[in-house]
Amino acid sequence: MTLLDELADICAVREAGEADEVDGVAARVVARPASTSETSALMRACHERGVAVVVRGTGSKLTWGSPPTRLDLVLETGAMDELVEHAHGDLIATAQAGMPVRALAAALAGRHQQLLVDDPVGASTLGGMLAANVSGPRRMLPGAIRDLLIGVTMVRADGTVAKSGGKVVKNVAGYDLGKLLVGSYGTLGVITEATFRLHPVPPATRWVEAPVPAGRLTDTLGALVHSQLVPGALEVDRPAGEDTTTVAVLVTGTEGGVESRAAALYEMLPGAQLGDDLSWASHYPWQHRGSDTEHLALKLTTRLSGVPTLLAQAADAGVHMRGSAGVGVLYGSVPAADSTPETVAQLRETCTMLGGSLVVLDAPRASKETLDVWGPVHGLDLMRRVKHEFDPTGVLAPGRFVGGI
Amino acid sequence: MATHPGHPSVPDRSDGMMHGLDPAAEDRAQTAPAGAPSRGGTVADVLAELRGTLPDEALLTDPARLATYECDGLAAYRVTPGLVVLASTPEHVAATVRACARHAVPFVARGSGTGLSGGALPHAEGVLVVTSRLRTLHEVSAADQRAVVDPGVINLQVTKMATPEGYYFAPDPSSQQICSIGGNVAENSGGAHCLKYGFTTNHVLSLDIVTPDGDQVTLGTRAPDAPGYDLVGAFVGSEGTLGVATRATVRLVRLPQEVRTVLAGFAGTDEAGAATSAIIAAGIVPAAIEIMDALAIEAAEAAVSCGYPAGAGAVLVVELDGARHEVADEYAAVERICRQEGAFEFRMATDAAERAAIWKGRKSAFAAVGRISPDYIVQDGVVPRTALPEVLRQMTRISAEQGVRVANVFHAGDGNLHPLVLFDGSKAGETERAEAVSGMILDLCIEHGGSITGEHGVGSDKAKYMPRMFTDDDLDTMQLVRCAFDPHGIANPGKIYPTPRLCGERSGRRQGAHPLQEAGLGEVF
Repeated sequence: MTLLDELADICAVREAGEADEVDGVAARVVARPASTSETSALMRACHERGVAVVVRGTGSKLTWGSPPTRLDLVLETGAMDELVEHAHGDLIATAQAGMPVRALAAALAGRHQQLLVDDPVGASTLGGMLAANVSGPRRMLPGAIRDLLIGVTMVRADGTVAKSGGKVVKNVAGYDLGKLLVGSYGTLGVITEATFRLHPVPPATRWVEAPVPAGRLTDTLGALVHSQLVPGALEVDRPAGEDTTTVAVLVTGTEGGVESRAAALYEMLPGAQLGDDLSWASHYPWQHRGSDTEHLALKLTTRLSGVPTLLAQAADAGVHMRGSAGVGVLYGSVPAADSTPETVAQLRETCTMLGGSLVVLDAPRASKETLDVWGPVHGLDLMRRVKHEFDPTGVLAPGRFVGGI
Repeated sequence: MATHPGHPSVPDRSDGMMHGLDPAAEDRAQTAPAGAPSRGGTVADVLAELRGTLPDEALLTDPARLATYECDGLAAYRVTPGLVVLASTPEHVAATVRACARHAVPFVARGSGTGLSGGALPHAEGVLVVTSRLRTLHEVSAADQRAVVDPGVINLQVTKMATPEGYYFAPDPSSQQICSIGGNVAENSGGAHCLKYGFTTNHVLSLDIVTPDGDQVTLGTRAPDAPGYDLVGAFVGSEGTLGVATRATVRLVRLPQEVRTVLAGFAGTDEAGAATSAIIAAGIVPAAIEIMDALAIEAAEAAVSCGYPAGAGAVLVVELDGARHEVADEYAAVERICRQEGAFEFRMATDAAERAAIWKGRKSAFAAVGRISPDYIVQDGVVPRTALPEVLRQMTRISAEQGVRVANVFHAGDGNLHPLVLFDGSKAGETERAEAVSGMILDLCIEHGGSITGEHGVGSDKAKYMPRMFTDDDLDTMQLVRCAFDPHGIANPGKIYPTPRLCGERSGRRQGAHPLQEAGLGEVF
């Protein structure tokens, strides 16, 4: 009996094809459970058989991280794509993990509410956004997805279904498993449902954008971060080799409030332009590129005051930098052909010195083999112990995560 | 002083402890291989090991001094610890925990001891590690919007040091003048302003911890999104069951350009609740929205003469902060909504002194009920905000049926209730009735999809309620994290989880029965 036959009674399954590879690693079967209980039964069966599982939403970030060291089954969450509850009076929504972030946004818009996150990738499901800890410009005030997740339902490697948190924002009963699952790349469990804190959609939104020469960057960013204008985002963009950084600030709120704050920002930023939208900030720097060039996609973090230093060094190293200067989380893009492991190592050293880290989110397969994708990690021994407790036989995304987890 | 009718499930056996120095225990300590706990070790073994390593004055064994640590802010649970260690350095903490690990002796960490769930309740045959002497504020950086602090640093002190730079530390529990950052981290403390700014977990970037093995480990980085599992997120709010924090890097938040604090008087909590809902529905996220009912107002007036509107059945406190123009717009909307919903008095604090006066009544409410009742229980439950009116009505019904007065103070914006259940412990049956009412209130919260604790923690007090909110599988899964950090279950045992999970065996680690079970210490609350 083949694996496909064995699992056919549990949920929808099919044979895997070339398009189902995970970062170049072939799978045997694709399974598409339609509920938490089907996911549970599927995982129990996989666990008993030692079947290695990678979870996939739309597959938009499956090449992030390290490729799996072994793979049998791709667990697709696409059949779990419903909004479970929108308690608009409580500013809470519960949705299944396979629901696209965009679909949730559309469902909430009627009540002028939103899950205050950005999806620069553009196609993420909620589960994928959680697993890869995706964030964008607007994390400056509410925090990233970890800060908005208030409850989670997960299926463990052995099929056990567990919840933590709940559907109230304020809740300290028990450990917050949601925090552990965010950014865990599917190595601890399968998220099937999540509850989020929502925010009202503000009546007005304005971007103020200006070119800032290198000599003024430190002062400008310092002044913006320190201003009391409550920026909802503070973004920078600096192409490789350039001396000038584009700085953009988002203000949201009431019509009158936004107008007065935008005017104040306009005064602070010589040469500024005002707009309602800012397209570049909603994409990572490696997007909008022709498919003919392969790039390294880097995530670089730093203390706030280190942003100008990091931008300068990266520009010199041929890296196009973009990201949240108001948070200290930036992204870099560099053609794979123009970079060496030393380029990455040197930038990583700078990030570490500045209180942050560098992760190679994505890279061509050949580059990944020569690169340290995750870099050094604090508390790796504890992380291995956590992994061992949740997935003792190592069936969930083996090898995809830090330290070979 | 707040009292609580509950009885500690841990017998006070501290007497037997210090007298029963067992010479064989010392032998075991010396022969036990490093990393493998000796079986049935005692506090005496730990003490013997620490003498000479830690300064003598850091080791408290005098029964009178030990007794001063017998409880935290939940004074009805009392257990005299076997040994108190007043740590002055992270190394002191590590040495103590290492010794505990070697002898399979439980340890409990304690900061200022203001917790309200018995999270820092000592263990009779264990060590209480006090972190309040670790109180260096290492750094306040406006440029990085970070502070780096020791666990014993007082919450309000962080804000005081950051204010000249234009910043503050956002989590503001009512005890902020005395509670410590280490305790905030353990409990994931909130406060009135967490509605807009989040809880401690949203403000901690990095922690140095001592693991239950006694290892010193740094988790997270000064920047967000450190690679790997978010162990900082797992640790914050773990109530001392995953180790001891010895240093924290926290976010500082820019002081707002404008703050307006509003006090509105209503006929009752229904009207005040309706105003709250309307404010949220208008798309406003205030920094805080608080409600006090008539009994809570009466208590606050008796205690601090806060001068709230006369005859109010409920007062609503709303604080708006942010950029000047926005705050003015939102203020206008809040005033209109409050008047629409029947506010008969509407005041705005125009300066810091007036603001403090408005908050004074609210922040003193817990202690104030001491003026109107000899004893009381501070409850902490959460319901979805839209369920507030219904839950309040049910509470009124329960209160009338049981003949137990309940004063209500709550963070209305996020549905976090703090009912104060009033009783006189000297009268027969009142204590039991009050405890029953307190439990019924938690049941109400669970029935309405809420939580048994919004900010005080589970601790010793509510472990027994956890199975009402979570399944066995949920609790088992949470405790996988416990097993990863603390396979031998020596870090604050008996807290949070009603039934300790027996952790799986691991190569290179101690095999055999759970050491606490073996030692007869595995307690079930």
